[in-house]
Amino acid sequence: MNVNVQFTVNGQLQRLSTDPRRTLLDVLREDLGLTGTKCGCGEGQCRACTVLLDGSPVRSCLTEITEVEGRKVESIEGLGRNGRLHPVQEAFIQEGAMQCGYCVPGMIVATVGLLRRNPKPTQTQILDALNGNLCRCCGYGNILKAVQRAVRSVAPAESATSSRTGNPK
Amino acid sequence: MKTSFPELEFTEPERYELHEGPFYHFEVSRREFVQVLGAGILISVAVPSAFAQRSGRGGGTANLAQRLHLGADGMITVFTSKVEVGQGSRTQLTQAAAEELGVPVDRIRLIMADTAQGPDDGGTAGSRTTPSTVPAIRRDCAAARQLLVNTASTAFNIETKGLSVRNGLVEGLGSDRRFGYADLASEKYAQALKRDAGSGVAVTEVAQWRVLGTAVPRVGAVEIATGAHRFPSDIVRPGMLYGKVLRSPSYGAELTEIDLGPAQALPDVAAVRDGDFVGFAAPTSFAAEQARDAAAKTAKWKIAPHPSSDELYDYLRAHATSPRPRRDLRGSPDDALKTASKVLRETYHVAYIQHAPMEPRSAVAEWKEGNLTVWTGSQQPARVRQDLARSLRIPQERVRVIVPDSGGGFGGKHSGEVAVEAARLALAAKRPVSIRWSREDEFTWAYFRPAGVIDVAGGLDDKGTLVAWEHVNFNSGASAIATPYEVPNIATEFKSCDQPLRSGSYRALASTANAFARESFMDELAAASKTDPLEFRLRHLKNDRLRAVLVAAAERFGWRNEWKLNSARQSIGVGLACGTEKGSYVACCAKIQVDERAGTFKVLKVCEAFECGAIQNPGNLQAQVEGCIVMGLGGALREEIRFKDGKILNPMFSQYRVPRFKDVPEIETILVNRPDLSSVGAGETPIIGIAPAVANALFNAAQVRIRSLPIRNAALRAST
Ligand code: FES
Ligand code: FES
Repeated sequence: MNVNVQFTVNGQLQRLSTDPRRTLLDVLREDLGLTGTKCGCGEGQCRACTVLLDGSPVRSCLTEITEVEGRKVESIEGLGRNGRLHPVQEAFIQEGAMQCGYCVPGMIVATVGLLRRNPKPTQTQILDALNGNLCRCCGYGNILKAVQRAVRSVAPAESATSSRTGNPK
Repeated sequence: MKTSFPELEFTEPERYELHEGPFYHFEVSRREFVQVLGAGILISVAVPSAFAQRSGRGGGTANLAQRLHLGADGMITVFTSKVEVGQGSRTQLTQAAAEELGVPVDRIRLIMADTAQGPDDGGTAGSRTTPSTVPAIRRDCAAARQLLVNTASTAFNIETKGLSVRNGLVEGLGSDRRFGYADLASEKYAQALKRDAGSGVAVTEVAQWRVLGTAVPRVGAVEIATGAHRFPSDIVRPGMLYGKVLRSPSYGAELTEIDLGPAQALPDVAAVRDGDFVGFAAPTSFAAEQARDAAAKTAKWKIAPHPSSDELYDYLRAHATSPRPRRDLRGSPDDALKTASKVLRETYHVAYIQHAPMEPRSAVAEWKEGNLTVWTGSQQPARVRQDLARSLRIPQERVRVIVPDSGGGFGGKHSGEVAVEAARLALAAKRPVSIRWSREDEFTWAYFRPAGVIDVAGGLDDKGTLVAWEHVNFNSGASAIATPYEVPNIATEFKSCDQPLRSGSYRALASTANAFARESFMDELAAASKTDPLEFRLRHLKNDRLRAVLVAAAERFGWRNEWKLNSARQSIGVGLACGTEKGSYVACCAKIQVDERAGTFKVLKVCEAFECGAIQNPGNLQAQVEGCIVMGLGGALREEIRFKDGKILNPMFSQYRVPRFKDVPEIETILVNRPDLSSVGAGETPIIGIAPAVANALFNAAQVRIRSLPIRNAALRAST
């Protein structure tokens, strides 16, 4: 039995009627054509499917579609602003933090989520936040460098309202 | 000898490449064909495609028109059958083309892995892209550059000698004259582009490289970082359905009965049973799953017995099938072992593991007027095309396979099961169908890296010199089975076995297993003669390239300060290992810390030196080496497929632990550049050193010798 759900994705209102047992991941990919969010396991163990729900990273493969009713979803496709990439996306490109790149959207979205919560994370906090994100190709080294680069470049902008004490550059 | 690499060792076909036919044998009904393909298909004439005259694996191409398309806008399209699965081939091949054509990288568009266009450079395996395809593309592009120069020379009546190409334009024509690839693209010169690449074309010397040899960033990075790139699992076609396949509950189980009725009763579901294949297509993957589960409840299976991973190693030994002739027999190892003053014999084990690429196997199949197009993630598009033609009984010319840049391969995506499944289901559903394997499908139905049992024996004379060596590998493969050390009497042997799980290629094939056994055993011999394992290796090593990486890694690691001959347990230990495979050389040092109380240990630091001839892209090479170390650490420490009663017991990432951020030790890499040597592939060999280096470090610290991969903490605990 289908239910009606209403939520925003990347700022756009979406209304759909669907089986309530379907996941947010499937709806994004199959109904809304947003294939940037990847499925690496469907069991909550790889975080390739990470999206932001009301600003916090969640595993969309474990999120039933009814849970997002009335809420705000952001996916990799919605991070850029005014035709410009998000600084975290820039950082991943600059550091060459990708081989096949399948894990990258999840990594980027998780990083954006982390930096919103904590614009100046320590190395330990970064590792805690990303440990659930799997990459099989690149040994994590370049991804960590990208996250650190993002911390340097994102902090002033993203933290504008929360903290202004950090390094102003 | 120093300037040529040992061709013999790595042109040998991969023993474990899957050459078996496709998974399924369909009884596709004539009625289905007539409906979907139109009448007459079964007697359709096989029209040889324009590219039927294959020039063999990695060989030359018939003419430039297959390799290159010059756009009137100055964009140059280059074609290759190679795939990009995260190893960096797209960037590297783009660099090769840009270098030789004399254009910037962003003027090249590389079309990869589409069986309907471009020359056949072979599949993507065995680290062959660098030594075969890069040279082929360089030669073809150099020929095009030469053609541009020659044509300009004729057109402006200027000698070719003073002409060169830069930014796609001929330089040296005089300031008022412009002539470039866009001009060559005009009708006027069309015939010129159809000639052979020729043999007299000179490629750019390594010393003159401007694009190759530099860390060109990954081509397509923006599409990846924005989610715009369409991986095979992201391909969407108009009217496409999502498919699910019914899997048997255990290996070898036979479907005796199933009622598709309950599935077909669900809205918009197409269901098909054809022999062992039972598939369901629906507008969403959830609906397809519901349909599959509804039918599954009615299925009856005949279960077949299947061995368990607990008895695996005895099973393999007992099921050795075709004892091969000794692959390498030098001197008289049997006699030498009898007369040696000290003899050691040990057995090593390696478990089955999975490639576990982040993108599971997936395919989209679409039938149009009797022609089948499949988008899929495979390292072997031509082979998948054959599999499709064979299982669906249509001529190959009607099948097109396209491989979009895919999410990881590691030797695991050589076969085309998912493509065949999608094609069969699309035929039944009369709509395009996308099938994405689940993670459990991946862990259960994708082929495995073979498990192995390896017996090694060695004899030392009274001065501690190796005089005899014996290495027998059961099942896991013969790659790097030959020892690189100088020993006068050697016997090596590979015995294939009738094995319980379906096995195939894996990154570096069996060299991980053989290097683990050999390098652990070298350590045991060094310990038996109370010698520094670095000294012990160097004393038996003549190969300059291997010596060079070994010394480089040991020096950077500070081996001479770090290593000491421990006789009691220490909390810190160091170990090293080295090896060569596919023409490249690796040495790895590791430092570990034991937690006596908990009975666990942690890898603190890894220092690895790697040499693969002239480096073509240092940035990508670095990432490949690091990726290999971390992937190798997974197989060394934790990864192991367990099975019982025909079922995989740990088919999930929660039960099959692959390395995560926090598992990564401090890693230092040394990329030894040899511009004087031919470039060879680098995506595989850097994986082989880490497991033995860690096992040796564990022995150094804890005086516990682990001879089985994965090295589990439990093993350490059990020994205390
Ligand atoms: S796909 Fe959601 S955690 Fe893996
Ligand atoms: S880059 Fe391939 S999985 Fe991360």
